[in-house]
Amino acid sequence: MNYAVETFDLNRSFKLKKAKNKKENNNTPGKLIALDNASIKIHQGELFGLLGPNGAGKTTLIKILSTLLLPSSGTALVDGVDVVKQPDQVRKRINMVSGGEHCGYGILNVRETLWMFSQFYGIPTQVAQARIDVLLKILKMEEFAKTKIGKLSTGLRQKLNFMRGFVCGPKIMFLDEPTLGLDVQIARDVRAYIRTWMKENPERTVLLTTHYMAEADELCDRVAIIDKGKVMVCDTPGNLKKTLAGEAVFRIEVPLAANGMETFGQISGVKQFAYEHKSHLGRTELKFILHDESAISNVTEFLSNNSSKIVSLSKMEPSLEDVFVALVGRGLKDENGSQN
Amino acid sequence: MFENTKDTIRTIRTAGKLGWAMESNWTDPFLFAIYSVVRPIASSLILVVMYYVITRGKTSLDLFAFIYVGNAFFMYVVNVLFGISWVIHDDREHYQMIRYIYIAPMKMYYYLFGRGIAKMVLTTLAVIITIAFGMLALKIPINLMTINYPLLIFSVLVGIFIITCLGILLAGISMVTAHHSYALTEGIAGLFYLACGAIYPIDILPVWLQYISKLLPLTYWLELVRRAILGKSISTTLGGYSDFQLILIMLGTTLVLAMFSNYIYRSIEHIARKHGKIDQLTNY
Repeated sequence: MNYAVETFDLNRSFKLKKAKNKKENNNTPGKLIALDNASIKIHQGELFGLLGPNGAGKTTLIKILSTLLLPSSGTALVDGVDVVKQPDQVRKRINMVSGGEHCGYGILNVRETLWMFSQFYGIPTQVAQARIDVLLKILKMEEFAKTKIGKLSTGLRQKLNFMRGFVCGPKIMFLDEPTLGLDVQIARDVRAYIRTWMKENPERTVLLTTHYMAEADELCDRVAIIDKGKVMVCDTPGNLKKTLAGEAVFRIEVPLAANGMETFGQISGVKQFAYEHKSHLGRTELKFILHDESAISNVTEFLSNNSSKIVSLSKMEPSLEDVFVALVGRGLKDENGSQN
Repeated sequence: MFENTKDTIRTIRTAGKLGWAMESNWTDPFLFAIYSVVRPIASSLILVVMYYVITRGKTSLDLFAFIYVGNAFFMYVVNVLFGISWVIHDDREHYQMIRYIYIAPMKMYYYLFGRGIAKMVLTTLAVIITIAFGMLALKIPINLMTINYPLLIFSVLVGIFIITCLGILLAGISMVTAHHSYALTEGIAGLFYLACGAIYPIDILPVWLQYISKLLPLTYWLELVRRAILGKSISTTLGGYSDFQLILIMLGTTLVLAMFSNYIYRSIEHIARKHGKIDQLTNY
């Protein structure tokens, strides 16, 4: 079996300054464990998603695979090449795009930037220009081809950065939160292009990190859920959701609750729960999995006793986020969720 | 081998274009041309005025020519050294592109060299303007017909290589530092200004500092450039060497510097990769 990416017991930790230690570390004082024996295998031609909340270790893994960072221990192979021993060989096979950045040489225009990077990758000018034309068209950037980067909006810059990654024609692409901060339409264009690019050549592989579960669900052949540096589970989105097939997954919205949510997990029949305060809507959203549907009466009674009016209540089909909640006992956005 | 050479040339050329865009695009071409002419002349005039105030015009024209030519060529050290070493900081903090540059399948040395080419070209222009100004306005005794052009061109090329090696060394250090790289570059340039005989013969330095001077290829470079342009040397310490001997010593010390620069750059790059500092924003 040919793997595009393989990692074996990959570890990466960072030293922390003393003032930050007590809150942020895992077990060992003065150390932040970003990757904890992470082992994954990504097949050639696969669109593989790495899901997890902020700080889960997704970006650290991408940085190691793209030769920006050395692992503390373990092995990482990209297209069979060791990222520590042969970084130059790895770089010929890969490219990376990070989302949510405001990068770019402001004095160059869009076409110049794309051409420049194509040259760094040794792509003949004619091939590069043709590729740039296609990218500009598909990503609806034609009218900005001669616009200087300094004059582009953040979203358009991000789109340019995305094109920069693809114009170089890598075999394996690392996309680190590529749609972070993009508006809905641009994010849709980006996702559509990823699919198109994958279809063009079955040897191409994408490792996509995201904390947008819907994005992973829509795009990925397989996903791994990562939390606190550990790979919790790895399977197709369908199979992961099937693990919750028999579960009763509910969502309740109540008026913004300042506190008291920590005791929610003590309600009889609640298996897992997570909550998110939506201050802009004046609501708190609770997602929870029950051992049995009948336990919903315990939930409504608890909320009633806490003088919390139920704004909405719905039973849901399990999503990848529910899988995440079931696995780690908290939602992607709440840091304090607990588990039963 | 041929592919590697082609790749190298392409990397240098592309990085050179980027560097040139950065150097020249901040204003309109006319203002840029004015700036390019006035700046080096103004810089040299500072030294000329200081010289006249201190000596009251009583020292020899030979010494004045020695100082003037040395100062003019030292512009390469300041500009090119800064132009190369600052790339890391600029790409990391200002443009936030270093992670994409770093993971590209090219040698960073060539990229850094390419980025410095614009500075080399502009500095060459500045040196020519400064020398021309010295000949026409300050009557520096330079005869265009007697200049040893092969020696001058060879020395300038080797000099650029020396400064590039130093720039790459400092660029490596910039990978693990924040704003300090600016002060470091200025400090290093200042040390060379002091120790390499840029504006006075190294004969007047303390003996221990003369030993250090003799280890630095820039000392021989400046001496050879002066010999090529002025046709003579006023340094008693270096005057005993023939041009050929000086060339050999310059090449030997340059080779040592190149190996040292390469070793330091690679070592610090490894440290930066180990500690996650390649693309770490420090917000300086």
